[in-house]
Amino acid sequence: MSRKKSLWKRIRRSQVWRSIFRHDYTDTRKNRILQIRSNIFLHIHPARIPSHAGKIRFTWCMGGITFFLFIVEVITGILLMFYYRPVIEYAYQDMKYLRFDVPFGIILRNIHRWAAHLMIATIMLHMLRVFLTGSYKPPREFNWVVGVNLLVITFLLSFTGYLLPWDQLAYWAITVGANMIRATPFIGHEGPFALVDKYNDIRFMLLGGTEIGANALLRFYVLHVIVLPLTAAVLVGVHFWRIRKDGGISRPL
Amino acid sequence: MGEYQDRYEFPDLKFNIQRGKKRDFRMEKREKKDMFVWPDLVVMEFLTAVALTIILIVWALLVNAPLLEVANPGISENPSKAPWYFVGLQELLVYFDPWIAGVMIPSIIIICLIMIPYVDINPRGSGRYTFSLRKFALINFNIGFLMWLVLILIGYFLRGPDWQLYWPWESWTVVKKVEDNLWSLDPVTGLTGLALYFGLGMIIPGLVSREFYRKCGPARYTIVMLSILLMYFVPIKIFLRLAFNIRYVLVTPWFNI
Repeated sequence: MSRKKSLWKRIRRSQVWRSIFRHDYTDTRKNRILQIRSNIFLHIHPARIPSHAGKIRFTWCMGGITFFLFIVEVITGILLMFYYRPVIEYAYQDMKYLRFDVPFGIILRNIHRWAAHLMIATIMLHMLRVFLTGSYKPPREFNWVVGVNLLVITFLLSFTGYLLPWDQLAYWAITVGANMIRATPFIGHEGPFALVDKYNDIRFMLLGGTEIGANALLRFYVLHVIVLPLTAAVLVGVHFWRIRKDGGISRPL
Repeated sequence: MGEYQDRYEFPDLKFNIQRGKKRDFRMEKREKKDMFVWPDLVVMEFLTAVALTIILIVWALLVNAPLLEVANPGISENPSKAPWYFVGLQELLVYFDPWIAGVMIPSIIIICLIMIPYVDINPRGSGRYTFSLRKFALINFNIGFLMWLVLILIGYFLRGPDWQLYWPWESWTVVKKVEDNLWSLDPVTGLTGLALYFGLGMIIPGLVSREFYRKCGPARYTIVMLSILLMYFVPIKIFLRLAFNIRYVLVTPWFNI
């Protein structure tokens, strides 16, 4: 027992251990602060917050839940990428493969899908909470703008992901969306004051063609797995950073 | 240390000093009520993450994500519905042309959302739940939010083949009569109506509450009232269609509203 204890002590005193953990873990005020300040993942928090900010009935926890769901989407999304090819010949086959052959493949896809739906709901509830508590008021104006951009990106992420299974549901849902886009004024070929035809309007740019086909699938895929998640990640960073810089968690100012 | 605290611990306080406002006397009181993030908040975050993971796994085990037949451009789904969060916009396609329902309305919503903090100059009710201090903002925002939800619910649950209205207990095999008695206002009436709605809508609130106009200034006042009038134009147009079968309020050679 005592040998075990002294071994544990020696490990904790070793150079390796102390290079990783900069402070001990006795429950002191100082260590509670250091625990947050010296940890890259935790240091997005302040060391202390007003106690009302820890109440679910105040924050609804919706911003945090949305962030957690984003992480879930990234992890399950990366795993799905191992099994999915964004090519018309294979996309649907890979979905079937995921469903019937890949071990836990169906659960993987289900989690990705349901977490995405949930994320849309939680992000809208988060916006509602921020509005109800007046948390967009000075000095937090710009963070509200960043948040609206994140809302738009989340919608676009869901929209681009919707096409990828390449089934009837995907194809016709995206058709509805693409038909709206071609009615854009000036830059859509069926919109008012159209300056373009169907070979160079905004819908052509999005789909890479005049109808939803191989190019559209590839474009949606690249947007869905690279462009939009990266943009979202950067904006989430800005969003969190600005909470701290613009007065911390919302409270009466 | 003093400067450090000013800048990082109380940026709100610094802000207030910059704007020459009085320091909030409640600040000192609040200091005593602070909680430590470690471990109190981190534990809660961790438990939330665990709970959500369990919920997602159970949900994924119980319900499969839909996968229909392979995409076939030759066979259209009827109805072909957008994902639920866009169904509200799709529902608006009944009442507006695609360039309004699918492009202008979402764009205007996003632009208006972005402008909210810059046009809401009411300094009260920041960082807490209140209704009495922010009636105007809360009423209008919540009505807009509610409209978005109601449109989604109607589009998702009550629309069947050819986007006809079906109650949940009705069979989709029942054929519904397509509205064939739609008519449009003639351009003069339409233009007059729109001019009256937007003109009076802009002028009357400013006359009733000169205080509101004076506080906002002309630019903010115009943006606020225009956004609100545009928002309420949507349910008004829906009402005109449902009650009087009016298809377009304004017909022009280039576009219809």
